[in-house]
Amino acid sequence: MKSFPVMALLLWLCCVFYVGIFLFVGGFLLVRLEVNRTSTCEDVLPPSSDGTSPDFCSEHPRVRRAVILIIDALKADFARYDPGNPSPRAFENKLPVLGEMVASRGSHSRLYTFRADPPTTTMQRIKGFTTGSLPTFIDVGNNFASSAVLEDNLIHQLGQAGKRVVFMGDDTWVSLFPKKFHRSLPFPSFNVKDLHTVDNGILQNIFPIMDGDDWDVLIAHFLGVDHCGHRFGPDHPAMAEKLTQMDGVIRSVIKQLQNDTLLVVMGDHGMTDTGDHGGESEKETDAALFLYSGSPLFPAPDAQVEPEVVPQTDLVPTLALLLGVPIPYSSLGQVMLPFFPRNSLLDAPVVLSQVEALWINVKQVHRFLETYSSMAKDIPADSLSQLRAKFSKISSKYMSSIHEGVPPPSELVASMQEYLSSVREICRASWARFHPLKMAVGLLVLGFGCILCYVISELSAVVLQGGMLKTPVLAGLLVGGAVGMGQILMLGYVEVSWCLGAAVLFSEALFLWRARRASPRSRPSHWRLLTPPLLVLLLRCASLLSDSYVISEGRVVTFLLFSLSLYIPLQLNWNGLLVPAASADTQKPPGLLAPSLLPSVVRRESSTLLVCTGILVACLYLSLSFHNCREEQGACQPSAFLTPLSRVQDSRLRNLHYVLSLASLSAWAFLLHRWLRHYGNLNCTGVVVFTARCLLPLASVCTGLHWAVSATPEDTFRNLAELISLAHVILPRIVFGLLGLGILLLWLDPLTVFLKTRAPLTSRGASMPLPRYRASTGISPQAELHHLIPQLYQRIRHSLDDEGDKGTDQDGRPAVEAYGLGTVYSAPLVLLCGLMGLGMLLLHSEGMALAFLLLQLQAAALLHLHASSSNLSSQQNHSSVFSVPWAPVVLWSLAASQFFHATGHLPTFPSIQWGAAFVGFPQGHTGTALPALLVTLNTFSSHILFALGCPLLLFWPLVRELRGSRTSQTCGDDNGDEVIMEMRLRENPQQFSSALLQLTARYLFVNGAQVLASVCAAAILRRHLMVWKVFAPKLMFEASAFIVGSMFALIGVALVMRVDTAVARLFQRLLPESSR
Amino acid sequence: MYEVEIRGMASAHALLAGSVLVGSLMPAFTVDNFSVYGTHLVWLFSVSGCVALVSIAVFWLLGVSPPTKKNTLSYKLSRLVRSGVYFLLSCLFFHIVVVLYGAPLLESALETFSLAVLLSTLTTLRCLCMLGPNVQAWIRVFSRDGAMSVWDTSLQITTGCSVVGAWLGAFPIPLDWDRPWQVWPISCSLGATGGFLTGLLAAPIWIRWHRKQLTYKLK
Repeated sequence: MKSFPVMALLLWLCCVFYVGIFLFVGGFLLVRLEVNRTSTCEDVLPPSSDGTSPDFCSEHPRVRRAVILIIDALKADFARYDPGNPSPRAFENKLPVLGEMVASRGSHSRLYTFRADPPTTTMQRIKGFTTGSLPTFIDVGNNFASSAVLEDNLIHQLGQAGKRVVFMGDDTWVSLFPKKFHRSLPFPSFNVKDLHTVDNGILQNIFPIMDGDDWDVLIAHFLGVDHCGHRFGPDHPAMAEKLTQMDGVIRSVIKQLQNDTLLVVMGDHGMTDTGDHGGESEKETDAALFLYSGSPLFPAPDAQVEPEVVPQTDLVPTLALLLGVPIPYSSLGQVMLPFFPRNSLLDAPVVLSQVEALWINVKQVHRFLETYSSMAKDIPADSLSQLRAKFSKISSKYMSSIHEGVPPPSELVASMQEYLSSVREICRASWARFHPLKMAVGLLVLGFGCILCYVISELSAVVLQGGMLKTPVLAGLLVGGAVGMGQILMLGYVEVSWCLGAAVLFSEALFLWRARRASPRSRPSHWRLLTPPLLVLLLRCASLLSDSYVISEGRVVTFLLFSLSLYIPLQLNWNGLLVPAASADTQKPPGLLAPSLLPSVVRRESSTLLVCTGILVACLYLSLSFHNCREEQGACQPSAFLTPLSRVQDSRLRNLHYVLSLASLSAWAFLLHRWLRHYGNLNCTGVVVFTARCLLPLASVCTGLHWAVSATPEDTFRNLAELISLAHVILPRIVFGLLGLGILLLWLDPLTVFLKTRAPLTSRGASMPLPRYRASTGISPQAELHHLIPQLYQRIRHSLDDEGDKGTDQDGRPAVEAYGLGTVYSAPLVLLCGLMGLGMLLLHSEGMALAFLLLQLQAAALLHLHASSSNLSSQQNHSSVFSVPWAPVVLWSLAASQFFHATGHLPTFPSIQWGAAFVGFPQGHTGTALPALLVTLNTFSSHILFALGCPLLLFWPLVRELRGSRTSQTCGDDNGDEVIMEMRLRENPQQFSSALLQLTARYLFVNGAQVLASVCAAAILRRHLMVWKVFAPKLMFEASAFIVGSMFALIGVALVMRVDTAVARLFQRLLPESSR
Repeated sequence: MYEVEIRGMASAHALLAGSVLVGSLMPAFTVDNFSVYGTHLVWLFSVSGCVALVSIAVFWLLGVSPPTKKNTLSYKLSRLVRSGVYFLLSCLFFHIVVVLYGAPLLESALETFSLAVLLSTLTTLRCLCMLGPNVQAWIRVFSRDGAMSVWDTSLQITTGCSVVGAWLGAFPIPLDWDRPWQVWPISCSLGATGGFLTGLLAAPIWIRWHRKQLTYKLK
């Protein structure tokens, strides 16, 4: 078998997909590190002229209290008031109060366009205007599991300064800032169709609270306008109604406002003409900002140049300085100058002048930049050094003017402003922008990858013979290198993603072009692709484009699997293969027809097939009861098996669950053992048998004990507490150790063959006239039937035959018998899957043992179904013996997704089972690699198991080879009884390697198509309301599942090749011996 | 080749399609507040009843079913009883399949069973009428070379279309559109009926189109 070309091709395919995923994700998901430091009062102080530092926080602030009204999706257009407009649309001229106030009380109020940074989704925006930073989709922080904001933020600073923050409205705030509010009145934000609950809830509470004195900062977040936009779009009477309501709210709040209170009315983002948001178009980013103070706060309107557009982050330092708290540590905003007098006023020294405010701001931004650049390297070094130079210039100028006691020059203000905006721009460039080109290239690479998989699976034999890989890979490397060199020459640095993209795209294109030339002339039509299995795959991919289907993905996959598994018997029946052929057919001359099976054989196979379909369907149905629930699924109850036993209160229920889990655990081990014994793989004395016989049961026992220990309530055995905590640590580690040892031994010596050299005089002697070439002979007839299927490889037999009577006995029996040779390939694979499954079961909660048993049963049913159907259809086509059709591959791959859900996982970040990291390590870890490995194994366990077991699809029809089928027609004697099972593969190494390549390429195609679909979903729907909640997490999970799954598929293929070389060595050892 | 048979089949199919229409319209006059969504089960049973009556009548009159060997009353009676039992069994079978597909097990069992009745009416009843209570023959008909007359081919097409229609009808259920027809089992029963009507229309056209290629073995 050609192991190297197969492995190289598969590796290349995987790399293509990895590069595609890397490129797309690099353009789509923007990553930023969180800086977990907080500003304190000491940091912000401007050095005063006399050298003593006044305590900034304890001084009397400009504004004592603030009311912040956030009207979700208050677009800039909504706030404009144009009395001359003859026919205002539904959203126009509905907020006249803002215009009136600006016109009549110019020194009290301002109205600006308030520009948000993408992504314009509410949660990211709330983070943005509280931390002053530019949140991205993934803010890499310490805490993945909760959504709480860990960065320094306004709410935290206000709390530190002793201000009482009262919040009401959108409940997102409460999850972002848990326990930070003095008082909070959250209302559910989830239902987009509900326009009034949140708003009415606020309206009932806001005025009484404002009347009272139990608050300093009041935040109210209205959702009605946003929900109205999502539901009806902006140009709808409902929007007019909603905006008019908001107008009334603002009027009443202004009426109640006291003189020392600032009112901020703002939108967190805008909306498109259809009412959506999330992207970066001006319609989505431009919101309105209205500021009003009871006492005059601003200079006269024309006293200075007003900014036209205020970036959203600028509100943070402004509010912080106005309210007298330090600017949050990682804020990138710039104070809004209209709030500050141009020069220090002598009569009010507490008021910061523009230069002073800017200096505080510049110092804070500089400090953040230094901290960030020491942590992460994503800000280019040259721009960083430029910024440092600017800062030192500003700093020296300011210091000198302070020391000399003269007012700082006015150009200092301009240079500070310039410094702040350039910092912001540079950070924005590296954090807050999609890279459409990268995304497009990633999509292209993935699309070509899928085509590539398809082509390789169709032309596997040609591709293997032609050795077509070398040139494309070399050419691709050359192109990648050339692009890298070009970048060095033109830009001075190398951006790895473009080199990789160019290399992969070029090699893909070259390969496809060569494959097109090498493919046979008579190309079949592409309609062939629209067979039901691929149609099911297409439906699966299409379902990834809709948020509703992604939310109920577990059921959707089960539905599709069920449909496809019903299709297999129906299709066989349609082809007339399910029932024995009518008697009319057998009367035809046998030479013309393909050798048809005996009616009894057909009947047996059909009933096996139907029984397997039944088991499969039952497994599918039962697996639905192990699902977890997404938060979007309102009336859903998570499966009872998901709760760890230690949390089950009722002791009888706990015992029942424990017994059930234990039973399924032992069934898992027993079935595995039973299968191996049935095919005679447990006869030899090798280490594999040791693994199967000792390590596996021992590991199961330890797992059971561990469950028992972890299920005991903490207070029951007080005197044994130490022992229990020791067992918590030791037992899982023993299991891991045993399984690791087992896998290692399996890799070292994967052969499960027992060779028995026959003694010259056999016990049964010559009394039984045995046929000369009998390959399968057992110890006793019963044992032969039930336990052992001893095999002899044909080549040995032939060679022995050539040698004449020397090697064989008088009775003509072969000199060597080999037990378990028929399943020599699948046995180690099955054992490996079993060991891995046991290990991953330990990482789940105990109740999942049932789900894992179901997984095993369903996989077995699938394999048998596939074997029976290929046995039955072997009556019709004999073209390529080993080729695995699409239907079982699609079934196999969809089953991986199905059991992802049926083991209690969901494609959302909060549902990751972090507890897996602490199995065997209850005290926690020091590094991050081990817990990451454990959590990955837990999350993708079903993908791993099915990917590892993928080559079994190739072996199973051979394992369940029909006895007496293929040759029974030609010769009626016992010669036809030879069953050589998987040895057929060794006889046709060419076909074996091409079939293995085809199978794995098909598996990769099915998984890759799903990745491609979720990538498309993320790219197309990047402005969808649900993109950060549904599509982006789905993309992450699908891509990670592909990466993990493809790696384990490669491991499975590598194990098969390892076995193949071992078998080859075995025969080499045998042949000279017996021919001697 | 089969002009006469095709014409007969087309008229029979027209009658069946008319029965669906009548079944939908009839309760509008007899039942208060009738609507297909609101009082869905009334609509469903009325359509099933009409289709059942018409198909039994049509096939009785046309005499498509294979001639029975024995003509005694007791034999006919036993055939009738067996047909009834088969129909019930097929309702149960469809119910189980639909539940396995993901329908709620206990909550709306009546709705699920009604859908099963509709599906049985559209598929099993026609098999019973045309082939008699003979499962072997049913299995035979649903294979590539199993059709023995244009009627068998039309049976293949209409049955397949009905089942596929019901299957497609399940697709919109998870979507969050909040439409009245997304309620279980309305979309599936509408899909099945739509598929049935499509099959009725498609079968004569398809057979006429392929009449050159169609060759039937003699019975």
